[in-house]
Amino acid sequence: MNYKFDFGPVIEGLPELLWGCAGTLGLALSGMVLALIIGIGGVLLRDSRLAPLRWLVIAFVEAIRNTPFLGQIYFVFFALPMVGIRLDPTLTAIIALGVNGGAYAIEIIRGGVQSINKGQVEAGLALGLSRTLIFRLIVLKPALRAIFPSLTSQFIMLTLTTSIASAISAYELTSVGQAIETNTFRSFEVYGVVTLLYLAMSWMLMQMFARINARFLLYPVK
Amino acid sequence: MSVAAKSVAITADTMIAMRGVNKWYGTYQVLTDINLAVRASEKIVLCGPSGSGKSTLIRCINALESYQKGEIVVDGVHLGSQGKAVDAVRREVGMVFQQFNLFPHMTVLENCTLAPIRSRGIPRPAAEETARRLLDRVKILNQADKYPAQLSGGQQQRAAIARALCMEPKVMLFDEPTSALDPEMVKEVLDTMIGLATDGMTMICVTHEMGFARQVADRVIFMAEGRIVEEAEPEIFFKAPQHERTKKFLGEILPHH
Repeated sequence: MNYKFDFGPVIEGLPELLWGCAGTLGLALSGMVLALIIGIGGVLLRDSRLAPLRWLVIAFVEAIRNTPFLGQIYFVFFALPMVGIRLDPTLTAIIALGVNGGAYAIEIIRGGVQSINKGQVEAGLALGLSRTLIFRLIVLKPALRAIFPSLTSQFIMLTLTTSIASAISAYELTSVGQAIETNTFRSFEVYGVVTLLYLAMSWMLMQMFARINARFLLYPVK
Repeated sequence: MSVAAKSVAITADTMIAMRGVNKWYGTYQVLTDINLAVRASEKIVLCGPSGSGKSTLIRCINALESYQKGEIVVDGVHLGSQGKAVDAVRREVGMVFQQFNLFPHMTVLENCTLAPIRSRGIPRPAAEETARRLLDRVKILNQADKYPAQLSGGQQQRAAIARALCMEPKVMLFDEPTSALDPEMVKEVLDTMIGLATDGMTMICVTHEMGFARQVADRVIFMAEGRIVEEAEPEIFFKAPQHERTKKFLGEILPHH
Protein backbone atom coordinates (compact mmCIF):
# COMPACT_ATOMS: atom_id res chain seq x y z
CA MET A 1 0.00 0.00 0.00
CA ASN A 2 1.89 3.01 -1.25
CA TYR A 3 -1.21 5.18 -1.50
CA LYS A 4 -0.73 8.39 0.41
CA PHE A 5 -3.98 9.78 1.76
CA ASP A 6 -4.53 13.43 1.04
CA PHE A 7 -7.78 14.89 2.22
CA GLY A 8 -6.72 18.42 1.27
CA PRO A 9 -8.71 18.60 -1.98
CA VAL A 10 -11.78 17.17 -0.30
CA ILE A 11 -11.63 19.66 2.53
CA GLU A 12 -11.17 22.40 -0.02
CA GLY A 13 -14.15 21.10 -1.93
CA LEU A 14 -16.32 20.66 1.16
CA PRO A 15 -18.49 23.74 0.60
CA GLU A 16 -19.19 22.47 -2.90
CA LEU A 17 -19.97 19.02 -1.58
CA LEU A 18 -22.39 20.49 0.93
CA TRP A 19 -24.12 22.40 -1.88
CA GLY A 20 -24.28 19.03 -3.61
CA CYS A 21 -26.00 17.64 -0.54
CA ALA A 22 -28.51 20.46 -0.74
CA GLY A 23 -29.12 19.53 -4.37
CA THR A 24 -29.57 15.88 -3.43
CA LEU A 25 -32.02 16.72 -0.64
CA GLY A 26 -33.92 19.04 -2.95
CA LEU A 27 -34.30 16.30 -5.55
CA ALA A 28 -35.16 13.73 -2.92
CA LEU A 29 -37.80 15.77 -1.08
CA SER A 30 -39.44 16.96 -4.30
CA GLY A 31 -39.39 13.38 -5.59
CA MET A 32 -40.98 12.14 -2.35
CA VAL A 33 -43.81 14.67 -2.53
CA LEU A 34 -44.51 13.68 -6.14
CA ALA A 35 -44.23 9.98 -5.27
CA LEU A 36 -46.69 10.39 -2.40
CA ILE A 37 -49.20 12.19 -4.64
CA ILE A 38 -48.83 9.51 -7.32
CA GLY A 39 -48.99 6.80 -4.65
CA ILE A 40 -52.23 7.98 -3.05
CA GLY A 41 -53.83 8.95 -6.38
CA GLY A 42 -52.74 5.64 -7.87
CA VAL A 43 -54.34 3.68 -5.03
CA LEU A 44 -57.65 5.48 -5.64
CA LEU A 45 -57.49 4.72 -9.37
CA ARG A 46 -56.21 1.19 -8.76
CA ASP A 47 -59.41 0.36 -6.87
CA SER A 48 -61.67 2.46 -9.08
CA ARG A 49 -64.93 1.09 -10.41
CA LEU A 50 -63.78 1.73 -13.97
CA ALA A 51 -61.80 -1.28 -15.18
CA PRO A 52 -59.67 0.64 -17.74
CA LEU A 53 -58.39 2.92 -14.96
CA ARG A 54 -57.43 -0.11 -12.89
CA TRP A 55 -55.62 -1.65 -15.85
CA LEU A 56 -53.80 1.61 -16.50
CA VAL A 57 -52.47 1.70 -12.94
CA ILE A 58 -51.48 -1.96 -13.01
CA ALA A 59 -49.64 -1.45 -16.32
CA PHE A 60 -47.91 1.65 -14.96
CA VAL A 61 -46.74 -0.09 -11.79
CA GLU A 62 -45.48 -3.12 -13.70
CA ALA A 63 -43.71 -1.01 -16.33
CA ILE A 64 -41.88 1.05 -13.73
CA ARG A 65 -41.01 -1.78 -11.38
CA ASN A 66 -39.61 -3.97 -14.13
CA THR A 67 -37.33 -1.46 -15.84
CA PRO A 68 -34.12 0.13 -14.59
CA PHE A 69 -34.21 3.63 -13.15
CA LEU A 70 -31.31 4.73 -15.38
CA GLY A 71 -33.39 3.75 -18.43
CA GLN A 72 -36.36 5.71 -17.07
CA ILE A 73 -34.38 8.86 -16.43
CA TYR A 74 -32.74 8.62 -19.89
CA PHE A 75 -36.17 8.20 -21.39
CA VAL A 76 -37.41 11.43 -19.83
CA PHE A 77 -34.21 13.29 -20.64
CA PHE A 78 -33.35 12.05 -24.14
CA ALA A 79 -36.49 10.50 -25.59
CA LEU A 80 -39.18 13.00 -24.59
CA PRO A 81 -37.43 15.90 -26.44
CA MET A 82 -38.08 13.90 -29.64
CA VAL A 83 -41.78 14.56 -29.11
CA GLY A 84 -41.19 18.15 -28.12
CA ILE A 85 -41.01 17.83 -24.32
CA ARG A 86 -37.70 19.29 -23.19
CA LEU A 87 -36.94 19.48 -19.48
CA ASP A 88 -33.85 20.63 -17.60
CA PRO A 89 -31.86 18.00 -15.69
CA THR A 90 -33.25 18.94 -12.27
CA LEU A 91 -36.87 18.78 -13.36
CA THR A 92 -36.15 15.58 -15.28
CA ALA A 93 -34.64 14.00 -12.18
CA ILE A 94 -37.58 15.05 -9.96
CA ILE A 95 -40.12 13.66 -12.42
CA ALA A 96 -38.22 10.40 -12.91
CA LEU A 97 -37.73 9.97 -9.14
CA GLY A 98 -41.34 10.84 -8.36
CA VAL A 99 -42.76 8.55 -11.02
CA ASN A 100 -40.45 5.70 -10.04
CA GLY A 101 -41.05 6.15 -6.31
CA GLY A 102 -44.76 6.61 -6.98
CA ALA A 103 -45.07 3.18 -8.58
CA TYR A 104 -43.58 1.54 -5.50
CA ALA A 105 -45.61 3.79 -3.20
CA ILE A 106 -48.85 2.66 -4.89
CA GLU A 107 -48.15 -0.94 -3.97
CA ILE A 108 -47.06 -0.07 -0.43
CA ILE A 109 -49.97 2.26 0.35
CA ARG A 110 -52.43 -0.17 -1.23
CA GLY A 111 -51.23 -2.81 1.20
CA GLY A 112 -52.01 -0.40 4.04
CA VAL A 113 -55.47 0.37 2.70
CA GLN A 114 -56.23 -3.33 2.38
CA SER A 115 -55.16 -3.89 5.97
CA ILE A 116 -57.99 -1.64 7.20
CA ASN A 117 -60.99 -3.56 8.51
CA LYS A 118 -63.97 -3.20 6.18
CA GLY A 119 -66.08 -2.39 9.22
CA GLN A 120 -64.40 1.05 9.19
CA VAL A 121 -65.72 1.74 5.69
CA GLU A 122 -69.15 0.37 6.62
CA ALA A 123 -69.30 2.65 9.67
CA GLY A 124 -68.53 5.59 7.39
CA LEU A 125 -71.16 4.54 4.87
CA ALA A 126 -73.73 4.04 7.63
CA LEU A 127 -73.04 7.63 8.76
CA GLY A 128 -73.85 8.89 5.28
CA LEU A 129 -70.28 9.79 4.29
CA SER A 130 -69.22 9.56 0.64
CA ARG A 131 -66.59 7.05 -0.53
CA THR A 132 -64.13 9.89 -1.14
CA LEU A 133 -64.56 11.29 2.36
CA ILE A 134 -64.31 7.81 3.86
CA PHE A 135 -60.99 7.26 2.12
CA ARG A 136 -59.62 10.66 3.08
CA LEU A 137 -60.89 10.91 6.65
CA ILE A 138 -61.24 7.33 7.86
CA VAL A 139 -59.01 5.00 5.85
CA LEU A 140 -55.95 7.03 4.87
CA LYS A 141 -54.36 7.81 8.22
CA PRO A 142 -54.55 4.31 9.73
CA ALA A 143 -53.41 2.92 6.36
CA LEU A 144 -50.37 5.23 6.25
CA ARG A 145 -49.62 4.42 9.86
CA ALA A 146 -49.66 0.71 9.08
CA ILE A 147 -47.18 0.99 6.21
CA PHE A 148 -45.10 3.93 7.38
CA PRO A 149 -41.93 1.89 8.06
CA SER A 150 -42.07 0.46 4.51
CA LEU A 151 -42.75 3.87 3.04
CA THR A 152 -39.83 5.31 5.02
CA SER A 153 -37.37 2.78 3.63
CA GLN A 154 -38.76 3.30 0.13
CA PHE A 155 -38.15 7.04 0.48
CA ILE A 156 -34.63 6.51 1.80
CA MET A 157 -34.12 4.35 -1.27
CA LEU A 158 -35.43 7.19 -3.41
CA THR A 159 -32.94 9.55 -1.77
CA LEU A 160 -30.02 7.28 -2.59
CA THR A 161 -31.35 6.81 -6.13
CA THR A 162 -30.89 10.57 -6.73
CA SER A 163 -27.21 9.72 -7.32
CA ILE A 164 -28.23 8.24 -10.68
CA ALA A 165 -29.33 11.73 -11.74
CA SER A 166 -25.59 12.44 -12.10
CA ALA A 167 -25.91 10.55 -15.39
CA ILE A 168 -27.84 13.49 -16.83
CA SER A 169 -25.67 16.04 -14.99
CA ALA A 170 -28.32 17.10 -12.52
CA TYR A 171 -26.82 19.11 -9.68
CA GLU A 172 -26.52 16.73 -6.75
CA LEU A 173 -23.85 15.23 -4.49
CA THR A 174 -22.52 12.49 -6.78
CA SER A 175 -22.00 14.81 -9.74
CA VAL A 176 -20.23 17.33 -7.51
CA GLY A 177 -18.02 14.52 -6.18
CA GLN A 178 -17.28 13.35 -9.71
CA ALA A 179 -16.19 16.84 -10.71
CA ILE A 180 -13.82 17.13 -7.74
CA GLU A 181 -12.45 13.64 -8.38
CA THR A 182 -11.85 14.42 -12.06
CA ASN A 183 -9.81 17.48 -11.12
CA THR A 184 -7.85 15.98 -8.22
CA PHE A 185 -7.70 12.18 -8.83
CA ARG A 186 -8.38 11.72 -5.10
CA SER A 187 -10.91 8.92 -5.71
CA PHE A 188 -10.75 7.26 -2.30
CA GLU A 189 -10.97 10.47 -0.32
CA VAL A 190 -13.68 12.05 -2.45
CA TYR A 191 -15.96 9.03 -2.72
CA GLY A 192 -15.30 8.11 0.90
CA VAL A 193 -16.54 11.50 2.04
CA VAL A 194 -19.41 11.43 -0.47
CA THR A 195 -20.49 8.05 0.96
CA LEU A 196 -20.40 9.41 4.50
CA LEU A 197 -22.46 12.40 3.42
CA TYR A 198 -25.12 10.08 1.96
CA LEU A 199 -25.12 8.16 5.22
CA ALA A 200 -25.60 11.40 7.17
CA MET A 201 -28.46 12.50 4.92
CA SER A 202 -30.19 9.13 5.24
CA TRP A 203 -29.90 9.36 8.99
CA MET A 204 -31.32 12.89 8.96
CA LEU A 205 -34.26 11.84 6.83
CA MET A 206 -34.97 8.89 9.10
CA GLN A 207 -35.14 11.30 12.04
CA MET A 208 -37.47 13.48 10.01
CA PHE A 209 -39.77 10.53 9.21
CA ALA A 210 -39.79 9.45 12.83
CA ARG A 211 -40.95 12.95 13.78
CA ILE A 212 -43.63 13.00 11.10
CA ASN A 213 -44.80 9.63 12.36
CA ALA A 214 -44.97 10.79 15.97
CA ARG A 215 -46.59 14.10 15.09
CA PHE A 216 -49.20 13.03 12.55
CA LEU A 217 -49.70 9.29 12.58
CA LEU A 218 -49.45 8.04 16.13
CA TYR A 219 -52.56 7.36 18.17
CA PRO A 220 -53.24 4.81 20.92
CA VAL A 221 -53.93 1.26 19.78
CA LYS A 222 -54.53 -1.85 21.80
CA MET B 1 -100.02 -6.67 14.96
CA SER B 2 -98.46 -9.50 13.06
CA VAL B 3 -101.40 -9.51 10.64
CA ALA B 4 -100.73 -5.88 9.83
CA ALA B 5 -97.10 -6.69 9.25
CA LYS B 6 -97.89 -9.56 6.89
CA SER B 7 -99.90 -7.35 4.59
CA VAL B 8 -97.21 -4.62 4.84
CA ALA B 9 -99.75 -1.90 4.50
CA ILE B 10 -98.13 1.49 4.48
CA THR B 11 -99.80 3.82 6.90
CA ALA B 12 -98.85 7.32 7.89
CA ASP B 13 -96.66 6.12 10.70
CA THR B 14 -94.80 3.40 8.78
CA MET B 15 -91.07 4.03 9.15
CA ILE B 16 -89.69 1.01 7.32
CA ALA B 17 -91.43 -1.20 4.79
CA MET B 18 -89.85 -4.25 3.17
CA ARG B 19 -91.88 -5.97 0.46
CA GLY B 20 -90.93 -9.27 -1.11
CA VAL B 21 -87.21 -8.72 -0.51
CA ASN B 22 -85.01 -11.49 -1.87
CA LYS B 23 -81.25 -11.68 -1.83
CA TRP B 24 -78.81 -14.18 -3.23
CA TYR B 25 -75.07 -14.66 -2.89
CA GLY B 26 -74.51 -16.32 -6.25
CA THR B 27 -76.95 -19.21 -6.23
CA TYR B 28 -77.29 -19.27 -2.43
CA GLN B 29 -80.40 -17.49 -1.26
CA VAL B 30 -79.83 -15.57 1.99
CA LEU B 31 -83.16 -13.74 2.17
CA THR B 32 -86.45 -15.15 0.92
CA ASP B 33 -89.64 -13.09 0.53
CA ILE B 34 -89.05 -10.76 3.44
CA ASN B 35 -92.13 -8.71 4.26
CA LEU B 36 -91.89 -6.38 7.19
CA ALA B 37 -93.41 -3.09 8.24
CA VAL B 38 -92.04 -1.14 11.18
CA ARG B 39 -94.01 1.74 12.63
CA ALA B 40 -92.40 4.86 14.03
CA SER B 41 -91.30 4.28 17.64
CA GLU B 42 -91.72 0.54 17.28
CA LYS B 43 -89.05 -1.71 18.78
CA ILE B 44 -88.32 -4.93 16.96
CA VAL B 45 -86.04 -7.66 18.18
CA LEU B 46 -84.75 -9.92 15.45
CA CYS B 47 -83.42 -13.30 16.51
CA GLY B 48 -82.56 -16.61 14.96
CA PRO B 49 -79.73 -19.06 14.55
CA SER B 50 -76.39 -18.05 13.07
CA GLY B 51 -76.65 -17.71 9.31
CA SER B 52 -80.40 -17.13 9.35
CA GLY B 53 -80.06 -13.80 7.54
CA LYS B 54 -80.97 -11.47 10.39
CA SER B 55 -77.85 -9.31 10.10
CA THR B 56 -78.19 -9.30 6.32
CA LEU B 57 -81.79 -8.12 6.69
CA ILE B 58 -80.97 -5.06 8.76
CA ARG B 59 -77.91 -4.30 6.61
CA CYS B 60 -80.28 -4.09 3.61
CA ILE B 61 -82.21 -1.33 5.35
CA ASN B 62 -79.28 1.10 5.14
CA ALA B 63 -77.93 -0.34 1.89
CA LEU B 64 -74.79 -1.89 3.31
CA GLU B 65 -76.07 -4.95 1.44
CA SER B 66 -77.80 -4.95 -1.91
CA TYR B 67 -80.80 -7.12 -2.73
CA GLN B 68 -81.92 -8.49 -6.06
CA LYS B 69 -85.69 -8.49 -5.76
CA GLY B 70 -88.32 -6.61 -3.81
CA GLU B 71 -88.60 -3.15 -2.38
CA ILE B 72 -87.50 -1.28 0.72
CA VAL B 73 -88.96 2.08 1.71
CA VAL B 74 -87.49 4.00 4.63
CA ASP B 75 -89.39 7.04 5.86
CA GLY B 76 -91.00 7.42 2.45
CA VAL B 77 -87.74 7.12 0.50
CA HIS B 78 -87.50 4.21 -1.93
CA LEU B 79 -84.13 2.63 -1.52
CA GLY B 80 -82.55 1.97 -4.88
CA SER B 81 -79.29 0.10 -4.85
CA GLN B 82 -77.28 3.29 -5.46
CA GLY B 83 -77.45 7.02 -5.66
CA LYS B 84 -78.91 9.87 -3.72
CA ALA B 85 -81.69 7.84 -2.11
CA VAL B 86 -79.06 5.73 -0.38
CA ASP B 87 -77.31 8.78 1.08
CA ALA B 88 -80.64 10.23 2.21
CA VAL B 89 -81.64 6.99 3.93
CA ARG B 90 -78.25 6.52 5.56
CA ARG B 91 -78.44 9.94 7.14
CA GLU B 92 -81.76 8.98 8.76
CA VAL B 93 -80.76 5.48 9.87
CA GLY B 94 -78.16 5.00 12.58
CA MET B 95 -76.30 1.73 12.88
CA VAL B 96 -74.44 0.10 15.75
CA PHE B 97 -72.11 -2.76 14.88
CA GLN B 98 -71.04 -5.85 16.76
CA GLN B 99 -67.39 -4.76 16.57
CA PHE B 100 -68.15 -1.09 17.41
CA ASN B 101 -66.19 0.14 14.36
CA LEU B 102 -65.10 3.33 16.05
CA PHE B 103 -62.43 5.23 14.14
CA PRO B 104 -59.22 4.46 16.06
CA HIS B 105 -57.33 7.61 15.02
CA MET B 106 -59.96 9.99 16.32
CA THR B 107 -61.00 10.82 19.85
CA VAL B 108 -64.46 9.79 21.00
CA LEU B 109 -65.64 13.37 20.46
CA GLU B 110 -64.15 13.47 16.95
CA ASN B 111 -65.83 10.14 16.17
CA CYS B 112 -69.12 11.75 17.14
CA THR B 113 -68.71 15.01 15.23
CA LEU B 114 -67.16 13.71 11.99
CA ALA B 115 -70.35 12.82 10.14
CA PRO B 116 -72.53 15.68 11.43
CA ILE B 117 -69.87 18.14 10.23
CA ARG B 118 -68.91 16.40 6.98
CA SER B 119 -72.17 14.82 5.93
CA ARG B 120 -74.83 17.10 7.42
CA GLY B 121 -72.81 20.31 7.24
CA ILE B 122 -73.37 21.25 10.86
CA PRO B 123 -70.87 23.84 12.19
CA ARG B 124 -68.26 22.36 14.53
CA PRO B 125 -69.35 24.14 17.76
CA ALA B 126 -72.95 22.96 17.33
CA ALA B 127 -71.81 19.43 16.43
CA GLU B 128 -69.59 19.31 19.52
CA GLU B 129 -72.37 20.53 21.73
CA THR B 130 -74.69 17.80 20.45
CA ALA B 131 -71.94 15.22 20.80
CA ARG B 132 -71.25 16.18 24.42
CA ARG B 133 -74.93 16.06 25.25
CA LEU B 134 -75.24 12.56 23.77
CA LEU B 135 -72.00 11.33 25.33
CA ASP B 136 -73.41 12.50 28.63
CA ARG B 137 -76.59 10.59 27.91
CA VAL B 138 -74.65 7.34 27.37
CA LYS B 139 -72.62 8.26 30.48
CA ILE B 140 -69.15 8.61 28.94
CA LEU B 141 -68.80 12.37 28.67
CA ASN B 142 -65.65 12.12 30.79
CA GLN B 143 -64.10 9.91 28.05
CA ALA B 144 -64.76 12.42 25.24
CA ASP B 145 -61.10 13.24 24.63
CA LYS B 146 -59.81 9.68 24.80
CA TYR B 147 -59.11 7.41 21.86
CA PRO B 148 -61.21 4.28 21.34
CA ALA B 149 -58.35 1.97 22.29
CA GLN B 150 -58.25 3.62 25.73
CA LEU B 151 -61.85 2.63 26.47
CA SER B 152 -63.37 -0.63 27.67
CA GLY B 153 -65.53 -2.60 25.27
CA GLY B 154 -68.72 -1.42 26.92
CA GLN B 155 -67.59 2.21 26.78
CA GLN B 156 -66.62 1.80 23.14
CA GLN B 157 -70.04 0.46 22.24
CA ARG B 158 -71.75 3.28 24.12
CA ALA B 159 -69.52 5.74 22.24
CA ALA B 160 -70.60 4.06 19.00
CA ILE B 161 -74.25 4.47 20.01
CA ALA B 162 -73.64 8.16 20.77
CA ARG B 163 -71.87 8.55 17.41
CA ALA B 164 -74.91 7.16 15.59
CA LEU B 165 -77.28 9.34 17.63
CA CYS B 166 -75.31 12.47 16.73
CA MET B 167 -76.76 12.20 13.21
CA GLU B 168 -80.19 12.51 14.86
CA PRO B 169 -81.50 9.42 13.11
CA LYS B 170 -85.13 8.42 12.93
CA VAL B 171 -84.27 4.74 13.12
CA MET B 172 -81.52 2.86 14.94
CA LEU B 173 -80.30 -0.53 13.76
CA PHE B 174 -78.36 -2.69 16.20
CA ASP B 175 -76.38 -5.61 14.78
CA GLU B 176 -75.59 -7.88 17.73
CA PRO B 177 -74.39 -4.93 19.82
CA THR B 178 -73.45 -6.97 22.88
CA SER B 179 -72.03 -10.12 21.26
CA ALA B 180 -68.42 -8.92 21.29
CA LEU B 181 -68.54 -7.69 24.89
CA ASP B 182 -67.28 -9.27 28.06
CA PRO B 183 -70.27 -10.42 30.14
CA GLU B 184 -69.90 -7.73 32.79
CA MET B 185 -70.22 -5.00 30.15
CA VAL B 186 -73.37 -6.26 28.48
CA LYS B 187 -75.68 -4.62 30.99
CA GLU B 188 -74.34 -1.07 30.57
CA VAL B 189 -74.92 -1.27 26.82
CA LEU B 190 -78.37 -2.82 27.18
CA ASP B 191 -79.31 -0.14 29.72
CA THR B 192 -78.31 2.50 27.18
CA MET B 193 -80.48 0.81 24.55
CA ILE B 194 -83.40 0.54 26.96
CA GLY B 195 -83.09 4.26 27.67
CA LEU B 196 -83.21 4.95 23.95
CA ALA B 197 -86.27 2.74 23.55
CA THR B 198 -88.01 4.53 26.41
CA ASP B 199 -87.41 7.85 24.64
CA GLY B 200 -89.36 6.57 21.64
CA MET B 201 -86.62 5.70 19.13
CA THR B 202 -87.62 3.35 16.31
CA MET B 203 -85.31 0.37 16.78
CA ILE B 204 -84.49 -2.90 15.12
CA CYS B 205 -82.12 -5.01 17.20
CA VAL B 206 -80.48 -8.22 16.15
CA THR B 207 -79.71 -9.76 19.50
CA HIS B 208 -79.92 -12.90 21.55
CA GLU B 209 -80.50 -10.95 24.75
CA MET B 210 -83.96 -12.29 25.44
CA GLY B 211 -84.30 -10.33 28.67
CA PHE B 212 -83.94 -7.19 26.60
CA ALA B 213 -86.49 -8.52 24.12
CA ARG B 214 -89.00 -9.19 26.91
CA GLN B 215 -88.51 -5.77 28.43
CA VAL B 216 -88.37 -3.57 25.36
CA ALA B 217 -89.64 -5.24 22.19
CA ASP B 218 -93.05 -4.56 20.71
CA ARG B 219 -92.49 -7.54 18.45
CA VAL B 220 -90.01 -10.36 18.34
CA ILE B 221 -89.24 -11.73 14.91
CA PHE B 222 -87.69 -15.14 14.50
CA MET B 223 -85.75 -15.91 11.35
CA ALA B 224 -84.35 -19.16 10.03
CA GLU B 225 -82.74 -19.96 6.68
CA GLY B 226 -83.40 -16.51 5.29
CA ARG B 227 -87.12 -16.41 6.06
CA ILE B 228 -89.24 -14.78 8.71
CA VAL B 229 -90.63 -17.85 10.45
CA GLU B 230 -92.59 -16.29 13.23
CA GLU B 231 -93.36 -12.94 14.78
CA ALA B 232 -95.30 -12.04 17.86
CA GLU B 233 -95.39 -9.83 20.91
CA PRO B 234 -92.72 -11.00 23.34
CA GLU B 235 -95.24 -12.34 25.82
CA ILE B 236 -96.75 -14.65 23.22
CA PHE B 237 -93.46 -15.34 21.46
CA PHE B 238 -91.78 -16.74 24.55
CA LYS B 239 -94.81 -18.43 26.15
CA ALA B 240 -96.45 -19.92 23.12
CA PRO B 241 -94.17 -20.17 20.10
CA GLN B 242 -96.07 -21.61 17.13
CA HIS B 243 -93.38 -23.20 14.99
CA GLU B 244 -91.19 -26.18 15.79
CA ARG B 245 -88.15 -24.28 14.56
CA THR B 246 -88.87 -21.46 17.02
CA LYS B 247 -89.42 -23.84 19.92
CA LYS B 248 -86.14 -25.59 19.18
CA PHE B 249 -84.28 -22.26 19.00
CA LEU B 250 -85.78 -20.97 22.25
CA GLY B 251 -85.00 -24.29 23.90
CA GLU B 252 -81.37 -23.83 22.93
CA ILE B 253 -80.92 -20.25 24.09
CA LEU B 254 -83.20 -20.00 27.12
CA PRO B 255 -81.68 -21.73 30.15
CA HIS B 256 -84.94 -22.66 31.89
CA HIS B 257 -86.58 -24.37 28.90
